[in-house]
Amino acid sequence: MRLYAVVAAGGFRRYATYRTATAAGVFTNTVFGFILAYTYTALWDERPQLGGYDMSEALTYVWLGQALLTTCAMMGGGFEDELIERIRTGDVAVDLYRPIDLQLWWLAGDLGRAAFHLLGRGIVPLLVGALAFDLALPSEPLSWLAFLVSVTLGVVVSFAIRYLVALSAFWLLDGAGAAQMAWLAGMFFSGMLLPLTLFPGVLGEVARALPWSSLLQVPADVFLGKHTGWGLVEAYGFQAGWAVALLLVGRAVQSVATRRVVVQGG
Amino acid sequence: MVFAERPRLAEGLRAYGLIVMMWLRSTMAYRASFAMTAFGNFAATAFDFVTILLMFSHVDALGGYTLPEVALLYGASGTAFGLADLLLGSMDRLGRRVRDGTLDTLLVRPVPVLAQVAADRFALRRVGRIVQGLLVLGYALVTLDIEWTLLKAAMIPVMLLSGTAIFAAVFVTGAAFQFLAQDAAEVQNSFTYGGNTLLQYPPTIFAKDLVRGVTFVVPLAFVNWLPALYVLGREYPVGLPDWVAFLPPVVAGLCLLPAGAAWRMGLRAYRSTGS
Repeated sequence: MRLYAVVAAGGFRRYATYRTATAAGVFTNTVFGFILAYTYTALWDERPQLGGYDMSEALTYVWLGQALLTTCAMMGGGFEDELIERIRTGDVAVDLYRPIDLQLWWLAGDLGRAAFHLLGRGIVPLLVGALAFDLALPSEPLSWLAFLVSVTLGVVVSFAIRYLVALSAFWLLDGAGAAQMAWLAGMFFSGMLLPLTLFPGVLGEVARALPWSSLLQVPADVFLGKHTGWGLVEAYGFQAGWAVALLLVGRAVQSVATRRVVVQGG
Repeated sequence: MVFAERPRLAEGLRAYGLIVMMWLRSTMAYRASFAMTAFGNFAATAFDFVTILLMFSHVDALGGYTLPEVALLYGASGTAFGLADLLLGSMDRLGRRVRDGTLDTLLVRPVPVLAQVAADRFALRRVGRIVQGLLVLGYALVTLDIEWTLLKAAMIPVMLLSGTAIFAAVFVTGAAFQFLAQDAAEVQNSFTYGGNTLLQYPPTIFAKDLVRGVTFVVPLAFVNWLPALYVLGREYPVGLPDWVAFLPPVVAGLCLLPAGAAWRMGLRAYRSTGS
């Protein structure tokens, strides 16, 4: 356990060294936050209460999206490029000899990365958004805590998806195609472009049931107080269910993949 | 020494063409991979327009603009941005080159550095974005109810070419900025991708100060807003005379000059990391 805490701290520190990149990222998130906020304003001007959100809730959704974009790695980025490279070069064979759990090792590092991105790239855009627009921020400290739990679960789901993407490199050797598909699905089905409650009919139902909705839609709804009491437990259950299921699939794929490595002779 | 006798611009273009041809040959060695990544590029950008379609499934007009009108803005900006991205999109790797020292190898070659950086890893898959922009533009032109005049028709190709040049100036300026801040490729993204996203929506939905900013400070409004609003016969929200719509080629030229100057300044200020 202590080992994984150290790995997580390492993940945090590693991203904390990129100070200029973080500042540049904050700038970009803020610019996109403004552009999206204006388009949402035009949309909610025409249709107040669209998708079950009032104007200030919709604007809050925009800025939460910018705050969580890198935290939940909706566009990818993070450990998977490195793992794909290690699989491609065969360095992963060395990792498999280490007395650690490969999946937990990368998860710990990714949690550290997410924690840094939440602080480094999340807080400032949300603050700027709150200054420029009338946002629906929770007044209860407990709501913020409930949000943090949901974000953490979202990061684990995101990790589990990207771990599978990286493992695909065992078969495809080049993970670029799989990473691109995952990035597309992540952008669209997380609710980053438009809240999933605005997706029509079956598309909406499917989108809300897919794991990607754990990355933004569910945490944002927890933040906005759409899930309380048992509803909150259900929301957590949805995220945790996907997290566990995808992590288990990742383990199964990993054991098949490692057997393949042995067959190849490393 | 033969190189130095040619005009610098012609030499740069020739070098650019040669490097691009090299990357094209390498891309075409894996045709299936190229087809897939080009399709991915197409699909990735198509989601932007799907978002707009989803919005219009709830409303009839956005900021007073109908779907075909928004599609005209979207298609024009998307195509111009796609062309600039195809020609110069590799330039956002400059910061990484400065960091890892590979820029040095480009400096010792007797070929303009700008041409080398721009053509490096030329990614033909980016035509996916251009195709997507052109399709939406085509949809707009077919569905819009416009009384076409010669001037309005001429405005479309002029708008695309000037828009490409304006975005190209942004790419070059952004790359020049990366000589100073090597880790700041994302700042460039706010002006390129961010600018493109902004221009895909009608100017009426944005705050007046923001519209003034992208008209007079970073003149992105000349990529599509001003010429397209002339074609649509609409007023510009911050009140400019009609003839401003004909300025995009001039503005594009005026943007390329400081961009080139910024590039040369950045290159002169460059100190190798020595790694």
